[in-house]
Amino acid sequence: MEEIKLMKGNEAIAHAAIRCGTDGYFGYPITPQSEIMETLMDLAPWNTTGMVVLQAESEVAAINMVYGGAGCGKKVMTSSSSPGISLKQEGISYIAGAELPCLIVNVQRGGPGLGTIQPSQADYFQTVKGGGHGDYRLITLSPATVQEMADFVDLAFELAFKYNNPAMILADGIVGQMMEKVVLPPFKPRRTDEEVRRQCPWGTMGKLPNEKRHIITSLALEADVMEATNHRLQTKYAKIEENEVRFEATNCEDADYIFVAFGSTARLCASAMELAREQGIKVGVLRPITLWPFPTKEIARLAKQVKGFLTVELSAGQMVEDVRLAVNGVVPVEFHGRMGGNVPSAEEIFEKFKEKFL
Amino acid sequence: MNTSDIIRPENKVYGKTKLLTENRMHYCPGCSHGVVHKLIAEVIEEMGLQEKTVAIAPVGCAVFAYNYIDVDWQEAAHGRAPALASAVKRLLPERNVFTYQGDGDLAAIGTAETIHACNRGENIAIFFINNAIYGMTGGQMAPTTLEGMKTATCPAGRNVELNGYPLKISDMLALLDGTCYVTRQSVEKLAAVVKTKKAIRKAFENSAAKKGTSVVEIVSTCNTGWGLSPHKSNLWMKENMFAKYPLGDLKNV
Repeated sequence: MEEIKLMKGNEAIAHAAIRCGTDGYFGYPITPQSEIMETLMDLAPWNTTGMVVLQAESEVAAINMVYGGAGCGKKVMTSSSSPGISLKQEGISYIAGAELPCLIVNVQRGGPGLGTIQPSQADYFQTVKGGGHGDYRLITLSPATVQEMADFVDLAFELAFKYNNPAMILADGIVGQMMEKVVLPPFKPRRTDEEVRRQCPWGTMGKLPNEKRHIITSLALEADVMEATNHRLQTKYAKIEENEVRFEATNCEDADYIFVAFGSTARLCASAMELAREQGIKVGVLRPITLWPFPTKEIARLAKQVKGFLTVELSAGQMVEDVRLAVNGVVPVEFHGRMGGNVPSAEEIFEKFKEKFL
Repeated sequence: MNTSDIIRPENKVYGKTKLLTENRMHYCPGCSHGVVHKLIAEVIEEMGLQEKTVAIAPVGCAVFAYNYIDVDWQEAAHGRAPALASAVKRLLPERNVFTYQGDGDLAAIGTAETIHACNRGENIAIFFINNAIYGMTGGQMAPTTLEGMKTATCPAGRNVELNGYPLKISDMLALLDGTCYVTRQSVEKLAAVVKTKKAIRKAFENSAAKKGTSVVEIVSTCNTGWGLSPHKSNLWMKENMFAKYPLGDLKNV
């Protein structure tokens, strides 16, 4: 029988990290996600699975520790919240440039600046449009439940290692802090060093006799070489866009209107959808699970059969730009957002929907 | 007698270590980097550590260090080498892990990573080239630039009111409980080269014995950045650099 636990989303991330065979976690405390490292330190996995857990001197150091560990082919991760994620952007760009797999968790809080410790979704642009320098992409998973916080750790690592690319779980303070029931993933042993060498033959595990040394770098001073690297990256990104789009569609097939929202906001939209359906208004909810790659094709398909979209976010309107690009003017795309740590109620969303469309 | 009569194994007095690759070095003639690279490569070979070594390259003139020493390398972001090395060593505790960093990398942009890796007592070796200038970017002021010394960003000479004081970071690192060995050496003459090689060996031995962090500072020249000939650079270094950065062990426990 499945073992059902009650815990915070942040705690679920920590448990899942140990259970899916993570080799190393490197982090720096910041609200609202400090429970991730606290839980790991409490569980002391170095005594059981051998997982390394280290509190770094800064988010900059933590992401660069992840870079070093990932360069060895190890399964390594870090977590932080918005201001800390800003500090990590240098390292994320290097990791993407060196084509290394790793997991970064962002439990978003309100900004800009030091902002607030209340939840937000205003790091969407930073996550899916760049953040660090250069043309790179982050595979981005958006959990809406504590169960998904647990499940996406393994999924994010799977995708990261499949494409040798950093992956991010873009959560928010609500999903990080709220307690829900969760079935933790089964235990998976950490890979042995031999298995790491087999899976990541490029890793710096020490030069083997009669083999070439391995060099982890993102540097190429010659323009032609650097351009070729960029072409290789873009080809990889196109493949990810082709293969890895994930979304959840609820009542979309008969819908006249669709709410588009990710993470915790999608759950509020589902409640607003119920309010609409009770009044006979056919509303559906489309929840992008991967924010990059974005479900552009699905939204474009739905645009041909609905009267309009309402995008709801905890921001001034970021994902709505991608929704509008997908809809491409076929039907109206409206937006409702709350900022600064405030969260809309289902009633508020329904009222805004009626104002804009009915 | 022709050369083939002379070139025999029994006549060999010196050979290039196999761990130095055939890649042509990009360093300027007269630069200390080449000598230090050779010494590190020799020690790794003599200690049989090639298969166990993971090295971390910096940003700066030594950014291409990975082209020259035949071991596994990671190329860090500017100043972050000790963070990478910390993770590599903890994830692969039986490997020989070292960073190779210049003064800007180690003592300016990477100050936090350097101090905290040393303070955690990571079982790594840190090789620190201090030539008091940013060579790669064209001769700007370094944290270790001497008072009055002219660079591209202090063309009238380093003014402590404007720029603060030359940073004696190895002295700071020696104060930390995590370091087991902090030494300051140079490579401008044979006797100094021999001492530096011994220091490098000791650093690797300390790592293997898990004694803590070893820091080997090598006071170096940058004849291009200093605008002097290699010979005059050595003279200038002895007269000025050694006064501020005296050679010898700062800590050896």
